[in-house]
Amino acid sequence: MPYRRLDRSEIAAFFGTGGGRGTRSVASYDEDTTTMGVEAARFALRSASDGAEPDALWFATANPAYLEKTNATAIHAALRLDQFTPAIDTGGAVRSGVGSLRAALDGRGSVLVVTADLRGGLPTSTDEAAGGDGAAAVLVDDDDEDAPVIAELIGAASATEEFVDRWRTPGDPTVKQWEERFGETKYVPLGEQAWNAALKAAELTPEQVDRLIIAGTHARAIRSLTRRLGVAQEAVVDDLAGTVGNTGTAQAGLLLAAALESAEPGQTIALVSLVDGADVLVFRATEAIASYTPARPVASQVENSGPLPYGRFLSWRRVVTVDPPRRPEPDRISAAVAGRTRDWKYAFVGSRDESTGALHLPPTRVSREGGAIDEMERAPMSDVPGTIATFTIDRIAYSPSPPIVFAVVDFDEGGRLPIELTDVDADDLTIGDRVEMTFRRLFSADGIHNYFWKARPIRTDR
Amino acid sequence: MASHGIKDQVAIVGMGCTRFGEHWDKGADDLLVDASEEAFASAGVTKDNVDAYWLGTAMSGMSGMALARPLQLQNKPVSRVENFCATGSEALRGAAYAVASGAYDTAMAIGVEKVKDSGYQGLVGAGKTPTDGTGRTLTAAAMFAMCVPAYANRYGVDAEEMREVLAHISAKNHYNGARNPRAQFRREVSTETICASPLMAGDLRVYDCSGVADGSAAAVVVRAEDAHKYTDSPLYIKALSFVAGNCSGNADPDYDYTAFPEIEAAAADAYAQAGVTDPRHEIAMAEVHDCFTPAELLIMEDLGFAERGTAWKEVLAGTFDLHGEIPVNPDGGLKSFGHPVGASGLRMMFEAWLQLRHQAPEERQITTDRTIGLTHNLGGYPGEMVSFVGLVSPELG
Repeated sequence: MPYRRLDRSEIAAFFGTGGGRGTRSVASYDEDTTTMGVEAARFALRSASDGAEPDALWFATANPAYLEKTNATAIHAALRLDQFTPAIDTGGAVRSGVGSLRAALDGRGSVLVVTADLRGGLPTSTDEAAGGDGAAAVLVDDDDEDAPVIAELIGAASATEEFVDRWRTPGDPTVKQWEERFGETKYVPLGEQAWNAALKAAELTPEQVDRLIIAGTHARAIRSLTRRLGVAQEAVVDDLAGTVGNTGTAQAGLLLAAALESAEPGQTIALVSLVDGADVLVFRATEAIASYTPARPVASQVENSGPLPYGRFLSWRRVVTVDPPRRPEPDRISAAVAGRTRDWKYAFVGSRDESTGALHLPPTRVSREGGAIDEMERAPMSDVPGTIATFTIDRIAYSPSPPIVFAVVDFDEGGRLPIELTDVDADDLTIGDRVEMTFRRLFSADGIHNYFWKARPIRTDR
Repeated sequence: MASHGIKDQVAIVGMGCTRFGEHWDKGADDLLVDASEEAFASAGVTKDNVDAYWLGTAMSGMSGMALARPLQLQNKPVSRVENFCATGSEALRGAAYAVASGAYDTAMAIGVEKVKDSGYQGLVGAGKTPTDGTGRTLTAAAMFAMCVPAYANRYGVDAEEMREVLAHISAKNHYNGARNPRAQFRREVSTETICASPLMAGDLRVYDCSGVADGSAAAVVVRAEDAHKYTDSPLYIKALSFVAGNCSGNADPDYDYTAFPEIEAAAADAYAQAGVTDPRHEIAMAEVHDCFTPAELLIMEDLGFAERGTAWKEVLAGTFDLHGEIPVNPDGGLKSFGHPVGASGLRMMFEAWLQLRHQAPEERQITTDRTIGLTHNLGGYPGEMVSFVGLVSPELG
């Protein structure tokens, strides 16, 4: 989940209308669905049993950084997955998020399902205020003694029907919506059909559902359906609408991740999603969930956030263009160079002198100490924290969101890199602060996104 | 294996330097013609009796033809050299070593930069090498700004004292530049104005940053034994040293941003070449690379003008003022003279040429019994830089 939150009341304060109560999550100017997907996938793999590595990576988003080009390959690179592991995009539509999860659960082998979205709309619109940005990753696999599943699928059903509710054509920045009542008359019966079928498959009655997650793009239909499912109101999982907003393609995965964090062995969790039809997945938490330790719980991410003024939100979303520093914009990156250095650029892998241990960031062939040549081992550093040795604020350099906050970071396993900071309020920064690495989009030129790593303050133990 | 240097083997016998500034009406070609003409006249030679040329430019032309065409040199060897902000000094090294080798009798080193055509403030990198986009995108100001808290913390200087030190350096260089008709900024600036100017990066303000200027400077060099054929007052080269850093400061956690090891190493080599053992008491004046005020502060220690951790006190005591013990940047420095990258090293040498031969304008002529002048460039950033140190003297031996 991105660090920044927009207080919805700021929208009405500025425009006199729109907005609402609570906050929504906002992707930083240097985040997109791919970078958020990387972060979620890193947390998922760190939360899983040691050495868990998927046989496939699927990436779903309704807001892809690229069309034509696969986005999942950058996530694959950042995670240092095996070259034989396929990485594919399944996205385009919001339903592809929950749909990919269902397909992975129905299929065989382990699949890392990564879902992400960046939600918004025209200023003062409901979509602008109610939307949220974020990503969720779910590692789906068969149960295994060494790597037991924490929740098993015990029933699933879908109901599908063609109707036009929300739509957006390629190139159009905003979603349009048909009259709300029409969608409600479609969604509610579809939801009931899928719900009944899934519970039957799971051999459960509604009263036996301990936790109900209900997600989707049609708020009115969700409210109607929730009342009809026969599940106690206390069992309904917080949809994070008041803090994060509706994260679209990522919503089902995000709420499932949140529910699993507090689930107890034997509890049943039903996930209902209303997006262009209805999808219902029913899980039972296993004994293994008792020892499940999420690397970065949703709850801690909701808590550890920083405010974002509405003006900055509008400029990050390119609704308004603010005066840039009078410096040249960067050139597009070279595909050939980036291809050669992908281990560094996408996975933050340096090199370590096998005899002296000297760490080189970026990797070099000749050692700084002793001068050994080609006697280096790979040093993956993306999960290694560091400490700020010194830092500065650059008010004149080009940045999509000036000023640049830049620090010299010394890593815990040795090695140093001067690198840009993000998700940071410069006034709060001091030498000695702890930082962690995060995958970001530095800039885009000629339509090529320049992905690399930045450092950000560590604000929580987990 | 040793760095022997060329002490007393080569002499500068003529120099030229344009005014530095915003030459909207002149291109690099015009600036090269102006600086070379002055240098030819100063040495009493013509372009035809200079045997070989070294052109230093970082971003205003490629190949030796960038000089041969505007000067219409006929069948002359011209090397175009680049070494970041030490480019002008690199041209001098090439020319001086060529003459010392015996390959040529006479050579010219000329540096030029035309930076004001870019449409941007500050320097805009010339390099268009394709990259993977992972490199740093900071300005030089931000990189040098990191030295300020690092130095202050290490040596217990509080933030206000540090600001006073940096302002003193800037004010001193403006004071000197105000007395220099060739400087870009010819007015004194009070420390109050300096401290109230807009923040650029970190604690650095506009007046902590050097001027960005167009300009050109040139020198004619010959073998020392021939020097008096050209002038009664040649300037002998005592040392030319150069270090290209391995960028270890970016990777080595031991680097602490309170010194520039590349400069320390270049200075040690230059002093050894010239036989200087006590720079603080032997150097008459120094032109150093004050691209940003904290750079000048650290350079004072790197060059051995002050003990580690004490330069800030020496700055405040006026040690490096125009009439202090070692005048530093008596011509105004990069701060006030301006910084056309390829020309700056030779511009510094031009000031040594004037000062050591007592030809500087009266209002900034230094008085000293010492005879050795020092010029210094750095190119790059803390942790990753090239450095040049040159020593010259009007006296042999």
